[in-house]
Amino acid sequence: MSVLVYVENADGKFKKSTFEVVSYAAAISELLKTELIAISIGDVNQDDLSNLGKYGAIKVLNVSTVKLKTFVNQAFASVIADAAKKENATVIVLANSFTGKGLSPRIAVKLKAGLVDAAVELPKIDHHTFTVKRTAFSGKAFATVELNSEIKVIALNPNSYQLKESGSSVKVEDFQPDFKESDFRTMVSEIVRSSDKIALPDAELVVSAGRGMKGPENWAMIEELASVLGAATACSKPVSDAGWRPHEEHVGQTGIAVSPNLYIAIGISGAIQHLAGVSSSKTIVVINKDPEAPFFKVADYGIIGDAFEILPKLIDAIKAYKAHS
Amino acid sequence: MKILVCISNVPDTTAKITFNSDNTQFNTAGVQFILNPYDEIALARAIELAEGGKGTVTVIHVGEIGSEPTIRKALAIGADDAVRINAYARDSYYVSAQIAHYIKDNGFDLILTGRESSDYNGSQIAAMLGEFLDIPSISIIKKLEVEANQATIVREIEGGKEHLTVSFPFVASCAEGVAEPKIPNMRGIMSARTKPLEVIESIEVAPLNTFKSYSIPAPRGSVTLLSKDEPEKLVELLHTEAKVI
Repeated sequence: MSVLVYVENADGKFKKSTFEVVSYAAAISELLKTELIAISIGDVNQDDLSNLGKYGAIKVLNVSTVKLKTFVNQAFASVIADAAKKENATVIVLANSFTGKGLSPRIAVKLKAGLVDAAVELPKIDHHTFTVKRTAFSGKAFATVELNSEIKVIALNPNSYQLKESGSSVKVEDFQPDFKESDFRTMVSEIVRSSDKIALPDAELVVSAGRGMKGPENWAMIEELASVLGAATACSKPVSDAGWRPHEEHVGQTGIAVSPNLYIAIGISGAIQHLAGVSSSKTIVVINKDPEAPFFKVADYGIIGDAFEILPKLIDAIKAYKAHS
Repeated sequence: MKILVCISNVPDTTAKITFNSDNTQFNTAGVQFILNPYDEIALARAIELAEGGKGTVTVIHVGEIGSEPTIRKALAIGADDAVRINAYARDSYYVSAQIAHYIKDNGFDLILTGRESSDYNGSQIAAMLGEFLDIPSISIIKKLEVEANQATIVREIEGGKEHLTVSFPFVASCAEGVAEPKIPNMRGIMSARTKPLEVIESIEVAPLNTFKSYSIPAPRGSVTLLSKDEPEKLVELLHTEAKVI
């Protein structure tokens, strides 16, 4: 028996979210009194692979087959399911990222395993039951799901589990996976990285703005605030619908749900659909000139006033803070 | 081209979510149900691709009779016909197995879903269908163009976008950007009443998950209001009290 964790890399490096997933999987292997094995696909540098030991993995299956250099979910799912079988894994853990969303359902069907995605807590395990808490109703609620299958697949939401160093060294083994030629029926023609901006889904700090900004020409202030903080930028639905900002920035019920440590909402009234997407943020700051804006009801800190007046001062205050820390 | 769009019946986005007294069931009393907003995007793109006699659009739904108004809405928007698999949607595995069974018997070139349903937010059906049918699945796409016997797709990835090509048949889950949702016109609404809606019985599949209970996020403490003239105070509190910067 073992727990298998898929360690996603971005351009050959592991991100913090990958180590979160490993920490989470290590805690599950502890609950089950079994070993944690990681599987990495692609060219990842040796230091990063060794780091997996620090977070609790005892062995890494390293797949560096040339054919698997670019992500093809069908082939990757075959490789991970194959590793799960060979390692006799009863729980498979991965990130609920764009990559994870394309992978986990295929792995679940291959192994006839129950799948919980958007998991936010460690599973509760006793002799007969295995339950996992996940978000539901677009952030308006949580659901506790019981997995009835022998094998379980869990996809963990970003920023839901603290990094925890528990182990030490790790053994890296080459793994020759089984996959079929028919797993490669999609062809990647181009990958476009959106400059050096921080990806919204796993950002720890988010600066978000709404119609109160009056027009796309006023976003320089929002971008400057995000840049001094090291935050990702986001927006409300009316803003992306109006084409002021790209759809990828739309946070809310029909956009992206985020769970950062800090969410700063500027000129967003706080419609129920928007609040659903930010409800699991740790700290919420609201800046709005309307004291009746519903967003203040769910905020931790609020400033009532004109964003155009407050933002330059706030940017200066953060710059001053950064200069001293 | 035969296109199948999988649709879900979900609570209206403005609905307040509550549960029964022991928190084991979603309280549907007084809740308006709608066509899942992401499925509307998938449906709109399917209709565009089929326009001018280039194909047909079938919508499929796994659910009980109560979801028929939502299925009729999809027909009013422009689907040619509809199938309802008469079963309570137990979990994603169960639903995908039902739809995959129908696809195997009927054959489709393109199968579209929304990126997720706005109730259980699974984001699972498209990739599960792909696996059941052993065909490619592309999750969370932003753009879909069809040329001869292949499609070009843009999908979202961490910190960017990936452009790819894929041959038919395949499954894709659609996000904003793929198409603008369509509003049914009067002719659509009239014709939806007479368009075929086939009800078929479900197959035996054991679901793998059970939804045991629900909870509502804990309410936050009251807001600390700060003066607009002292943003330094906010920065200080974020550092010392909230400890987030």
